[in-house]
Amino acid sequence: MISAPDVVAFTREEELQDELYREPPLPEEYSVPLFPFAGHGANPWAKVANSKFSRDFILISEFSEQVGPQPLLTIPDDARVSGTFDLNYFSLRIMSVDYQASFVGHPPGSAYPKLNFVEDSKVVLGDSKEGAFAYVHHLTLYDLEARGFVRPFCMAYISADEHKIMQQFQELSAEFSKASECLKTGNRKAFANELEKKLRDLDYTRTVLHNETELQKKANDKGYYTTQAIEKANELASVEKSIIEHQDLLKQIRSYPYRKLKESDFHPYEPECALLDEANAGCERDPTTSDPAETPLYTHVPSYTPKLIKAKSAKCFDKKLKTLEELCDVYFFTQTLDQLHQIERTFRGDVCYLLTEQISRALLKQQTITNFLFEDVSCLDEKPPEKQGRGCQGHSHDARDGKCSEEFLAPTVVISLGSYKSSVECVPIKMEQDIEDTQEPQMSESVTFEHQENLDYLDADLKGSISSGESIEVLGTEKSASGLPKSESQASLPVSPSPQVGRSKVGSRRTVSEDSIEVLSTCPSESLIPEDFKASYPSAINEEPYVGDEEGGLRFTPRLNLDDADEQEDVSNQENLVQVDSACCIGKESPNFLEPELGHKPCDEDGVVRIPPQPYRASEPGLHGTFGSFPSHDGIAGGLLPYELDSRYLGGSREVSKSSLDECSDSTSYMSSAASTCSDRTPSPAHPACHGADRHKKKAGQNALRFIRQYPFAHPAIYSLLSGRTLIVLGEEEAIVKKLVTALSIFVPNCGLYGKPVKHWLTSPLHVVDFQKWKLIGLQRTVSPAGVNVLHTLSRYSRYISILDADSKTLRCPLYKGSVVSRLADHRTQIKRGSTYYMHVQSILTQLCSKAFLFTFCHHLHLPISEREPEESVVSRRMNFLKLQLGLVNEDVKIVQYLAELLKLQYLQEPGQGVSPLLRFDYVPSFLYKI
Amino acid sequence: MLRWLIGGGREPQGLAEKSSVQTIGEEQIQNPYTELLVLKGHQDIVRFLVQIDDSRFASAGDDGIIFLWNAQTGEKLFELHGHTHKITAIAPFPSSDSSEEKNPLILTASADRTVIVWDCSSGRQVQKVSCFHSTVKCLTVLQRLNVWLSGGSDLCVWNRKLDLLCKTSHLTDAGITALAELPKNCVAAAVGKELIIFRLIACNGGSEGWNVLEVKRLVDHQDNILSLVSVNDFTFVTGSHVGELIVWDALDWTKQASECNFWDSSVHPDIQPEIKLSQSPNETSVQHLTSDEECVFAAVGKGIYVYNLQMKRVIACQRTAHDSSVLHIKKIPNRQLISCSEDGSVRIWELREKQQLPAEAVPTGFFNMWGFGRANKQANQAAKKMQENTPVYFLDLVGDLIGHSSAVQMFLYFGELGLATCSADHLIILWKDGERESRLRSLTLFQKLAQNGDLQLKF
Repeated sequence: MISAPDVVAFTREEELQDELYREPPLPEEYSVPLFPFAGHGANPWAKVANSKFSRDFILISEFSEQVGPQPLLTIPDDARVSGTFDLNYFSLRIMSVDYQASFVGHPPGSAYPKLNFVEDSKVVLGDSKEGAFAYVHHLTLYDLEARGFVRPFCMAYISADEHKIMQQFQELSAEFSKASECLKTGNRKAFANELEKKLRDLDYTRTVLHNETELQKKANDKGYYTTQAIEKANELASVEKSIIEHQDLLKQIRSYPYRKLKESDFHPYEPECALLDEANAGCERDPTTSDPAETPLYTHVPSYTPKLIKAKSAKCFDKKLKTLEELCDVYFFTQTLDQLHQIERTFRGDVCYLLTEQISRALLKQQTITNFLFEDVSCLDEKPPEKQGRGCQGHSHDARDGKCSEEFLAPTVVISLGSYKSSVECVPIKMEQDIEDTQEPQMSESVTFEHQENLDYLDADLKGSISSGESIEVLGTEKSASGLPKSESQASLPVSPSPQVGRSKVGSRRTVSEDSIEVLSTCPSESLIPEDFKASYPSAINEEPYVGDEEGGLRFTPRLNLDDADEQEDVSNQENLVQVDSACCIGKESPNFLEPELGHKPCDEDGVVRIPPQPYRASEPGLHGTFGSFPSHDGIAGGLLPYELDSRYLGGSREVSKSSLDECSDSTSYMSSAASTCSDRTPSPAHPACHGADRHKKKAGQNALRFIRQYPFAHPAIYSLLSGRTLIVLGEEEAIVKKLVTALSIFVPNCGLYGKPVKHWLTSPLHVVDFQKWKLIGLQRTVSPAGVNVLHTLSRYSRYISILDADSKTLRCPLYKGSVVSRLADHRTQIKRGSTYYMHVQSILTQLCSKAFLFTFCHHLHLPISEREPEESVVSRRMNFLKLQLGLVNEDVKIVQYLAELLKLQYLQEPGQGVSPLLRFDYVPSFLYKI
Repeated sequence: MLRWLIGGGREPQGLAEKSSVQTIGEEQIQNPYTELLVLKGHQDIVRFLVQIDDSRFASAGDDGIIFLWNAQTGEKLFELHGHTHKITAIAPFPSSDSSEEKNPLILTASADRTVIVWDCSSGRQVQKVSCFHSTVKCLTVLQRLNVWLSGGSDLCVWNRKLDLLCKTSHLTDAGITALAELPKNCVAAAVGKELIIFRLIACNGGSEGWNVLEVKRLVDHQDNILSLVSVNDFTFVTGSHVGELIVWDALDWTKQASECNFWDSSVHPDIQPEIKLSQSPNETSVQHLTSDEECVFAAVGKGIYVYNLQMKRVIACQRTAHDSSVLHIKKIPNRQLISCSEDGSVRIWELREKQQLPAEAVPTGFFNMWGFGRANKQANQAAKKMQENTPVYFLDLVGDLIGHSSAVQMFLYFGELGLATCSADHLIILWKDGERESRLRSLTLFQKLAQNGDLQLKF
């Protein structure tokens, strides 16, 4: 509604292309030179030509203990999607950045095997050779037969457009977390089942062994034990031990959800649809709803006959590992797949489309009073992904803050330097806005160089898993602390949802060597930079002065309620630190900036844009802050990175992250063009719920465009709809009528929250109640007596309705002499595409909405200023406002008045009960229009 | 319009076409009702609407359910179940100052031969009387005496506590169709063609005891008396099925005046009254009567007649005010009259005084195209027969309300709150002044804003 449609050039459609071809060519001197590198059919936006897959897809891979990384499945499950893209190779890549790997297995020293409840890690990486960028979500599933009982998996969203990954990081993360949670829930259930079976087996085995031992005892009268007897006894003892171990495991897995629940950040998987089949409904219970005392989640399957277990279960490699499906409860597995399919749908299309969609959605959401009029509020109501994260955040805010401050105060000695190093390296470069010109980084170069050395030194013994040929550059990682009960999960991810403050595009440039994987961003949860480490950068702090409290305040808005003042100080200090490090990187890279061909980039070269995730965050409490940040958001490719601030915590993780970081010197990266790529040209809605709505919009827009071109009396018809007079589309053929109704439906204001008051096809006679309910009706014309009856009701209620006769192409409705509709529906409009026209309509309707809003909520327009003021003067004031202030002409006044009436009704509506359906009408004469 | 729809637009002009049927068209400047609210609830014909107080009313009909509504918001307040058959009579029983009960009550009679007293504040059934031998067809409350009367095959007198005080002997199987209160503790009951005057006489015993005594039988009507209305303390009027209108003296029950065939206008010499009577008696039946101090307004067949009590003649009429029988009429302020009819429409009329002579009196406004000429002419020609100096009146159609799809049985005028109409299509429609409603909504909007504290700037 808000976004300017035609600016979105990337959402190309086939028809447009066709039209372009059909048009006669311009004379040579007027034609714009073609994109120099364009081959046949190429377009300037097809930036990453070397990506081997046609569109974005989701890949699930496993690090198999037998064969190593292997791809399991892709979504969509279509070979054409991944094309020639080497899934095996990419699986290797994405699995190799798993920070979890070090947690595999149970820690030494514990008596029993201990399950690690490992948090997922979220990483963004880019493989410049393959032209693939991926959001990678690592998770571990439990498998009794696996080594250490865990099987590492990962889900990756792979796109050729790294902007998309970066900018949608938050959303991707939230959505994948949901999928992961679902999968893990199912896995825990399956694992518990497996354990129970195993326990029964063991129990059975013990009984058998026990009996055998007894038999031997009886048979044995020699007074000493035979070796056989001793063997049996040992075996029995080991079975006993195994039973205890497995019981312990079972206890652990069962206690998991409740343990997690105590942590405020935990979002248990909640099935989104209530369409659970009966079989599942019984066993599938949400952990949140059930009492911790009982565990209905893991009710075992009763029909199981235990079997004897061999004393030595051979752990051989030819044993077949369970498939992903076997690892997870069927219901949850399908749910996960559904969720992944939904993710795929949601993020399909060009990133700028997604962003525009998100922005307009967020803005619309703020117009709480007027948005119901022309928008499908049900779409808005459902929480878009990015909001979900926030919602949780809001919930857990207090708890987390408490925890945070606690940890801030606690001495953090555990942290190793190396881990800090990694965190430092991956901090996206943060600079002030004015550093955009290239001198600035240069200036900082010399200063920061030595710090870089420092870093290298610090880093020296800790990194090294990366060979020079294939560098993996971790630019950031969402690192959750290991699965200790104390740890924060991903909920602390959106810690600093601050608007985009000055962020330099230049600052984020970086050249990568060929064949490098860049991990573009990570998001740590809580962790700390040790105080003493900070001290090692005194000069750095001076170098990059912190630019003012105001900005900082803005950035930390959501965290301002941290009670501890010291902590805030910490935070800002750490931020300084962060800036220093970024400066280091820049210093290293700066020579590259001066190279002339930076601006445009040959297609064959791998380019990795290092723009950190910058989700749109219009749902901030401070709306104005958000608006204020738009320029930077739009103007600079790299907006603010919400994560960079978090990265400072990375050092606090108790484990050294496995993937070490490349030095800046190793990799030369540079900025690719800011234009985003669309790996999949068909635009898709940003929200799954509105998926179908988008196509509908396009179609309706196209039909509406055709309508206004075809019918010279489109204006009075549209005026009827806008002023709340029911329009009847009368016709014999259902298809024609429905088409017209679809076309006109975009002009119908909603009366409440429940869908459009549009009835596409009706065959029964109308009643006065229908006009209350529907404002646009498609009506069947038949020659039968019933049809005459239908027509009779039409003539009877003619004062309430306008009638568009689709067969004879006539319209009977009141006169319209205003100006709004002519702007809305200009038959000479240059707009050609349906979706564009739809947006044009939306923008004018938004304008009308805001006028109606002003009109409705101006006190003196409706109520007398003083007690004695006569009603007439109020009326004249009202009309003056409408005509002079709002610039409404003639019948336009009626439109705004009607919208205002709807606004009033909606505002006065008590929650829970619907708007009382009333029909307003005017006694105005109708006229018959013909073509 | 219909022709246009069916014929596919033969009409050359866009303006709504003229019609021989009396209509006002779509432009109704004086019609204040520009908003409607449909109240759904009944499952059968809604026949009765009764006002409880300033903002509440009750509706009842053939489904035996009584609904209580808020006339302002259209909110359904209560749904009263108790009767098993259709409702035959309903009467409000306003709270009397003397009684301890302050709550307004309503009485309902049903074809199941019961009468139920309901409490309008709580929506509960106060008491039920089921000792009737026949269906009670009319209920009247004598506020002055704090008793109420039920009329069926006999007349019963009850007090507020629902004690049967006295009753008449069996009058007729057909039963009493109408009751009207007369001065001197008298009531007039229409029983078939007869009009029976009863008098309530206080018993010597207790203060609450009453005796009912038949005082007089009036047999002047040729056919069943359909309507009976008390005009003032000195006069009451009855109307019968064959169109007799008789004005009675309320004190000595003598006939003051009668209009037997006023519908049979002499300007229609071609139509013989006998033929008309034999052919369609419904055309002439006096369906409903209402009055103000000066005039009696009679709904006769499809027409509306205004009978002046002083001049003792019909001063204005609209012979075909509706397409079908007029079921209910009511005088409202500003010399206006509302009528509803079986054709499903409600019309608002204004009684206007004509200043000029008829021939050139046809107004040049938009009304002339809607076929007013004929009716005016009739009135004028009738008036011509009178002395030239007497003022000439005519009924002018001010507006019509179209919403019901079936016969509008009754309506209730709530002043500025609007108008409630009930119909055989099971619906009740609240007609409201759109301007006023819009203003009220703005008022509540700002009240709510202030209440929510949204008026403060949130920056």
